[in-house]
Amino acid sequence: MLIELTKAINNIDIAADWVGIRAVKDTSATRNVRDGIPQRNGKSTTLGAMVEVLVDGCIGYAATNSLQHDALQLAAETAYKQARSAQQWSVYKFATTTARPKVVGEYVSPYTQPFDAIGSGEINDILVRTCKTLKVSDKIVQTVAEVITTDRETWFVSSNGSEVYQKFLFISTYYGTTAQDSGVVQQRTSNGWQAHTYQGGLERFQDDKLWQRVQRIGEEAIELLGAEECPDIRTSLVLAPDQMMLQIHESVGHPLEIDRILGDERNYAGGSFVKKSDFGNLVYGSKLMNITFDPTVPGEIASYAFDDTGAVATREYLIKEGVLQRGVGSLESQARAGIPGVACARACSWNRPAIDRMANLNLEPGEGTFDDVIKDIEHGVYMESNRSWSIDDRRYKFQFGCEYAKLIENGKLTKTLRNPNYRATTPEFWGSLVKVGGASTWEMYGTPFCGKGEPNQAIWVGHGSPVCVFADVEVFGGGA
Amino acid sequence: MSISELSTLETSFNKLVETLIAKKLESEAFTVKLSSERSQFTRFNNAKVRQTGSVADGYVQLTLMDNQRTCYRHFPFTGNWEIDWQTAYAALLELREELPYLPIDPYLVLPSGNNTSSEVNTGKLLELDMVVSTILAPVSELDFTGIYAGGIVIKGYADSCGQKHWFVTDSFTLDYSIFSSEGQAVKGFYAGSKWDDNGYIAKINDAKKQLKLLAHPPKELPRGEYRTYFAPAAVSDLISMLSWGGVSEADIQQGHSSLALLWRGEKQLSPLLNLKENFQLGLVPRFNELGEMAVPELHVIEKGTLASTLVNSRTAKEYDKVANGANSTESLRSPEICPGNLSFDNILTQLGTGLYVSNLHYLNWSDLPTGRITGMTRYACFWVENGEIVAPIENLRFDETLYKFWGENLVDFTNFQEFIPEVGTYDSRQLGGNMAPGMLVDNFTYTL
Repeated sequence: MLIELTKAINNIDIAADWVGIRAVKDTSATRNVRDGIPQRNGKSTTLGAMVEVLVDGCIGYAATNSLQHDALQLAAETAYKQARSAQQWSVYKFATTTARPKVVGEYVSPYTQPFDAIGSGEINDILVRTCKTLKVSDKIVQTVAEVITTDRETWFVSSNGSEVYQKFLFISTYYGTTAQDSGVVQQRTSNGWQAHTYQGGLERFQDDKLWQRVQRIGEEAIELLGAEECPDIRTSLVLAPDQMMLQIHESVGHPLEIDRILGDERNYAGGSFVKKSDFGNLVYGSKLMNITFDPTVPGEIASYAFDDTGAVATREYLIKEGVLQRGVGSLESQARAGIPGVACARACSWNRPAIDRMANLNLEPGEGTFDDVIKDIEHGVYMESNRSWSIDDRRYKFQFGCEYAKLIENGKLTKTLRNPNYRATTPEFWGSLVKVGGASTWEMYGTPFCGKGEPNQAIWVGHGSPVCVFADVEVFGGGA
Repeated sequence: MSISELSTLETSFNKLVETLIAKKLESEAFTVKLSSERSQFTRFNNAKVRQTGSVADGYVQLTLMDNQRTCYRHFPFTGNWEIDWQTAYAALLELREELPYLPIDPYLVLPSGNNTSSEVNTGKLLELDMVVSTILAPVSELDFTGIYAGGIVIKGYADSCGQKHWFVTDSFTLDYSIFSSEGQAVKGFYAGSKWDDNGYIAKINDAKKQLKLLAHPPKELPRGEYRTYFAPAAVSDLISMLSWGGVSEADIQQGHSSLALLWRGEKQLSPLLNLKENFQLGLVPRFNELGEMAVPELHVIEKGTLASTLVNSRTAKEYDKVANGANSTESLRSPEICPGNLSFDNILTQLGTGLYVSNLHYLNWSDLPTGRITGMTRYACFWVENGEIVAPIENLRFDETLYKFWGENLVDFTNFQEFIPEVGTYDSRQLGGNMAPGMLVDNFTYTL
């Protein structure tokens, strides 16, 4: 494909300063079973190309689902017209050398078991068995098991000699159950919706702990039916890594996106409470807070070697010892804002332009086991697995809810609590980070559906974190 | 997309379906769903162009059914017969090979009936090279941000029974916000099928007037309960929540509905609340994934009681219900909340002292079974005292159950509605929108 696309670039007849083609082929297989009955079995393939041109500093694009030469030529001409019509009004005059540097290389996701190692019938059998295992009681009113595998190839070529090939294998698994008794309804899932989203092969589907995990999900749903409501109180809050994922994503990742800070997202996803002048000096959280942008972690969902404009992916500290270092900003955003960024220009597919995106944002581990982390907490609440999330358009005031909680009394987990929620403002919350668990508590999750951009795009991001303790947080329960 | 290109696509789609019918085995049934668009997307920030481009996209989903099993393939549809048929035929063979290995689906519904429809809505949109200058010239002095999305969207359906539907619309949406120097903003939409410079400029002039109201320093309010007026755009956001754990019959049966309390008769909503699906606006196709047609009007909530959930054929078969043409997710496609008695002129006086909320942001269920929703106020929201706007507010978080704001605390709806267009563009440009009135509510709970 690289050869064909390079040939296409050479054959495109257009008076642009730069032309690039980013082609994507994506085949995604979904297998979904509810209550042991198949709900969805099939494969989706998308194939197309994003043609970008740079004309006197203005970028125009045209995307087409045909890779025929005449379609690519037409797309280049359309992109050229787009750039010309916007030239006088362009937000910034981009240079090829900074916005689209030459890059050559490739990346392939690590895996051990290919997706076709077992057939669709066998996958369905496992999902049916999962539903049966989840149904630990007659009070379980719904069981769901799902696996989605995606084989994605991208090719990027340009008139200044870029040639990049990247092949990704993505896999998401999800198991969930709903329990109901006398009007009380509780849900328990495998670490939250689609949280088990990784790069890799079927080894991520059939791991050694699968059946143990599934059984526990069913049992905990039943346990929640009889649990006490989470109390309304200010107390120590301990978050499991599967909730830290959401916490990092919403209150660190999004506000640090430079395109939000520049105002691009104000009509949709929102702006940010962070200002350009904050980089290098804003105290974002306590000294225990160390967060990296890291697309180099093997198996984490948003790992890659190059972003969608050809920037080379590297691990960088966004926040070090609580102080803001750099933003989630692409080459374009870095040029516009004049602040350091990362290789984060990403598009969800061939039919959307790249924008500033998180990749993997990870909180570095601190010290101690889970027991060490909670041993000094006289009173607190430990929460697992996100079920509700909402944050304002500046990423300042948030409220998050979890599926499952435990009361902490005198350094020990005691009663199970249901409908746990907490709310705070971002700087206050991260400033109250008082303990970060060690490597033994560090877990890695991801989500395939982070929404942003106009036109809208849903993209996959990864987050790894240890267990963390936040002091004096407002927690509360459910009910009308 | 030109008329000839549109015609080529339809011809190619018809040929694809005819050939599939000819190739299918006697025991097999299938459905074919088409979605295609030719869209212009121009994104603005600070009255400049951030990104501009176009997308030519299209796909087909072929679903094969045989021996009580089903499976699908979703692949690109370019309109080039040679390429498309090659892909479709390969898909058919793959599906035929895979089906015997899949579990039996006892609730599989085969296509049936003899529905056909064809609706082609033409438009007069801005030419590509006029989009930027036409939109930006009147706002060049303003901090204008947003997106123009326009062009042709096609939705097609056909099946092995011979049912066929074809829906084309040529339309645009301009979804924008205009910011004051203090960071407050006015939100607006301009949408339709015929661009009219005067209509657009009138919208911008209105926004400029509202912007003046935002000139005062914002007021920071303590958490608590406030009497609140929600403008139609905010009510529209609340309606949309009912498509996600609300009106679906399957969600009610499976413990995932916020309306289960209403369904079981344990809670009541206000007799002022009337919610219906109204397809008579003609903005979205009435056909669903099985080619079934929804009735032109379906009352969902009538005088506060649950008149009808949305039931698709699969749910009907599983739970022994009567299907009403709902789509596969049993979500609202053309919802309307009926107007009440509150006139525009009386909004502020009836509100008295409280909050005027123009828009909401980032809604989510904080406790689904009890109908509790959390979210934020956004854009032009004001503190009102004794019927007079005093100042814009710093955004507030709310956390409130629908059984209160559409129940005992609902004071009235306005006697006018607004059409709030669907501006979503995930995967492809979405169609339609919500018809919503404004709403006055007592003791609405703000928490942060």
